[in-house]
Amino acid sequence: MATRTSRKSARRRQLEQMLLTPVDWLEERSGLVGGVRGFLFRHVPADISWPQTLGSATLTAFIVQAVTGVILAMYYKPDPNSAYDSILHITNDVTWGWLVRGMHRWGASVFIILLFLHMGRVFLFGSYKYPRELTWLVGVLMLVLGMLEGFTGYLLPWDQTSYWATVVGININGSGPFVGPFLSNVLRGGAEIGSDTLARWYSIHMLILPGALIGLIGLHLYLVVRLGVSSPPWSKKAAGRERPEVETRRRGLVEPRRRGDGGEDGGA
Amino acid sequence: MAEEQEGHAEIAPEEGEEQHPLPAATILPAGFAVGVAILLVGTVFSWPVFGIGVGIAVVFGFLWARELVRGGRPVRAVEAVPAEAEEEEAEEPARYGRDKFLELTTLGLGALIGGVVTVPVVGFAIAPSFIGQGDEDIDLGPMSNFPEGTFVVATFLSQKGEGQVSRRTAFVRNNGIANGVPSFTILSNRCTHLGCPIQPNGPTQEAQQIQTSAGNVTLIPSQPAGFGCPCHAGAYDTEGNRTAGPPVRALDRYQYKIVNGSLVLSDRYSVGKVVGEGASAKIESYTRYDSGQHVDGPDEWMYPISPRGV
Repeated sequence: MATRTSRKSARRRQLEQMLLTPVDWLEERSGLVGGVRGFLFRHVPADISWPQTLGSATLTAFIVQAVTGVILAMYYKPDPNSAYDSILHITNDVTWGWLVRGMHRWGASVFIILLFLHMGRVFLFGSYKYPRELTWLVGVLMLVLGMLEGFTGYLLPWDQTSYWATVVGININGSGPFVGPFLSNVLRGGAEIGSDTLARWYSIHMLILPGALIGLIGLHLYLVVRLGVSSPPWSKKAAGRERPEVETRRRGLVEPRRRGDGGEDGGA
Repeated sequence: MAEEQEGHAEIAPEEGEEQHPLPAATILPAGFAVGVAILLVGTVFSWPVFGIGVGIAVVFGFLWARELVRGGRPVRAVEAVPAEAEEEEAEEPARYGRDKFLELTTLGLGALIGGVVTVPVVGFAIAPSFIGQGDEDIDLGPMSNFPEGTFVVATFLSQKGEGQVSRRTAFVRNNGIANGVPSFTILSNRCTHLGCPIQPNGPTQEAQQIQTSAGNVTLIPSQPAGFGCPCHAGAYDTEGNRTAGPPVRALDRYQYKIVNGSLVLSDRYSVGKVVGEGASAKIESYTRYDSGQHVDGPDEWMYPISPRGV
């Protein structure tokens, strides 16, 4: 790539400049392009591999849940008298409703499984150690919120399984010492599961928890980028801790930085 | 990074403690913690205790914060501040009263706006869970539908406006006349382990549908030897006492009254255990608790207050 840059003809360079003008316009005013570029082309240790992709996979699963959930919300009715009927409507009548609901339903399990695999990778590789403790803590919080997503989402189809699973789930919460009885009342929105409970859990499931998750994902990613990816335990060198050299974003945009300049990432 | 750390570790002992005096030992954080502890205990036991805890926490918290801001106690400041602190102060731009006032105003207004937004929202989301949670009275129809000595499985809507989700079941046994008044044993069908619906272990007869002021009521006469829960195999005898499995107490019961010859259910209450049978049974009754919460024995202290008791 780098060697070809010098061979570019003047006309070709002119054409490139022209095509990139809108991008330059955006970059000059927001710095977004350079920011995205810095995020995507940051340095990582040379000897990382598939296990380090589990975090991105989890993020992808979350995005699938968010997108399919938003679409399901267009047809779902969080009311005891129509919730189950609206689920039947989504599954049987709405175009590709079975597909979107299936993605959301099975994707939920995929999301939780990936969360645990990602956590296992971080644990087994020792990536939670200094200076990445906070990244781990934020991740644990997201694990809890993810499980709560599963718990609250399970009630929404409003069939016998989901109703009684929720009765049992809330009573397990309620048997916690001291705060248990109050916690279960708050979860139910009263002394008994009723219409308030369904609307409340719908709100928690699709507004409160995803909002919190999105915020925490942002924080998690910020920490990952700031601290770099840790090299595997068997790595010979302490790779991945170097910061890329500072360069102008404009130059970085038009002429990609030469491979081999920055040291550690050459072989990846 | 590793090198930096090592370097730091080497320097620290050489420079000694005098140059970076540690903050003076203080009891203020401990006082703050005690206040918070009392406050938490107060939320469970009583509001006055809660208030005392808040007071202690606020006073100590304020003193603590003030001490932190001042950078130690005044005495120590005189001792150990000498040149260094003065230099630092000199580097900072001079601040005027108006500047500080504006900073405090901004923070204060921000806190006020935050509170004005948060308090109603949190109250709106949480308070209704604890207010107005009494049970409606349920008319189960004339007493003649309940033959003496046998159970009738009565199914009804506990709140008509809520629809099918409020469907509840009670096991009603007519104990005959005791001391000149009709006596009933009325058990809730919710397992006290985790709230699954329990089943009568015994033959049942044909269902009978009747209409009362509570709407449609289904009555199924039954002769159970006891009750069993399909979820985790909890078992109860005909007085609702636990005989096997994980339940933490006896079955809940309903209070009842007789209105114009009809049996009317009112509040549901929790039962520790029942001694005796039928009309002569002695019932250890408690405020209503949820399934899974102990009302007696050593586990009881973990659930000092039922939200229904508030």
